[in-house]
Amino acid sequence: MSEPAAPDPPDPPAARSGLHRLLQAGEFVVTAELPATDSAEPTSVHHLGDALRGRVDAVNCTDNSAAHAHLGPLAAAHLLLDRGVEPILQLACRDRNRLALQADMLGAAALGVRNIVCMTGDDVSAGDHPEAKPIYDIDSIHLLRIARIMRDRGTYLSGRPLEHPPTFLIGAVENPFAPPLEFRPMRLGKKIEAGAEFIQTQICFNMDKMRLFMARTRELGLLERVWILAGVFIPRTARATRYLRDMVPGIDVPDPVIERMDSVPAPRQGDEGVAIALELIQQLREIEGISGVHLMTIRNEEAILRVVEGAGLFPRPRPSPEPVR
Amino acid sequence: MARTLDRRPPATAPAARGIRKTILLIEKATKEATWDCRMCGQCILHSTGMSCPMRCPKNLRNGPCGGVLQDGHCEVVPEMKCVWVQAWEGSRKLPFWREHMFHVERPVDWRLQETSSWENLLTRRDAHVPQGWRDPDGAGDR
Repeated sequence: MSEPAAPDPPDPPAARSGLHRLLQAGEFVVTAELPATDSAEPTSVHHLGDALRGRVDAVNCTDNSAAHAHLGPLAAAHLLLDRGVEPILQLACRDRNRLALQADMLGAAALGVRNIVCMTGDDVSAGDHPEAKPIYDIDSIHLLRIARIMRDRGTYLSGRPLEHPPTFLIGAVENPFAPPLEFRPMRLGKKIEAGAEFIQTQICFNMDKMRLFMARTRELGLLERVWILAGVFIPRTARATRYLRDMVPGIDVPDPVIERMDSVPAPRQGDEGVAIALELIQQLREIEGISGVHLMTIRNEEAILRVVEGAGLFPRPRPSPEPVR
Repeated sequence: MARTLDRRPPATAPAARGIRKTILLIEKATKEATWDCRMCGQCILHSTGMSCPMRCPKNLRNGPCGGVLQDGHCEVVPEMKCVWVQAWEGSRKLPFWREHMFHVERPVDWRLQETSSWENLLTRRDAHVPQGWRDPDGAGDR
């Protein structure tokens, strides 16, 4: 009596993007944030794209980050594609209602964008136009579900059919470092239920909170359902760490980090920042369920290559050919 | 009578008159005083630990944003405790509906602003769901 042969495991679904292909292959991925630009010249984005190409796997195009107006993320994503860089389009609920968000998702897909990240967005009060009318028609979880409806059911939220649905890999953000800490892993579960397939976390400096969050996420059985990329900031100056702590809501910068940056003379603070980022990445890689890192800087783009190299993550896996589908 | 049985969502919020106005005023007076209710007309207080989610400056219906300050206060109104920190704590104390915090709540129907959620419950106006939202496929698989 021989046991019947176990059926072959089902093939993983076709990769939706280059990033998706790397995640499916189990590579430790590296994404980075495109510095926001305030220029009407396409070269501003082209130069940044050239500097990041081959050094990271995909690049986030931020959506009026910190509630400051900048060159739009859809245009930035298109300009990155011009230079052979894979974009991740961020969509925030602060500035657009459900019609505009769906219109932009469809437009992005038509332009060749294959990764999106849905978020609520910093409030207008954090930016340079605090008098603006905030929209918040829907929240990030609604947006995730709507993206999923468009992709998987081929309709708008209203039910009206799309001619050709988008084929995005759908991402979300989560902040493991902000209260209510106990609820955060469950909120992650809601985002996965709504449609998130990968997560980029808020900037991580507090490794204890990160470990706690990941342990709880594992207990909830969520690690098999989502790829989590940890947010890592590369500080150039001690001032930058203070700015994050005091001016960017929701970021937890423990005092020892700031003291450490303060303890070295200004010209060497950039090196210290790289060292801090490398130590964080090393610790993050030891946590079960962390599938990659998302690098962020403030006017410190050249440090991204130093960190990718220093962490032994360079060269990146061969840039993928044309995204499938 | 025809109006009270009308289950279609109103194109715009119809002016409340007569008994409907009385219901609206009673709901508004009691819920504003007790929960700082914002009269969204589609109440989910019991699902959010009796903390009105429409008090959140970002109108979040599904949990806190990432900007909650380290002391648990709101990033937009720093003197106010985060509505969702209160919701989480409140939901843990409720005898029922505790697991509602983990449900995905549907988008707000903004046509119901300033109408009575009690009336909308009875007429099932608050049960309107966009066609695409209904019976969504199981999400979350890779």
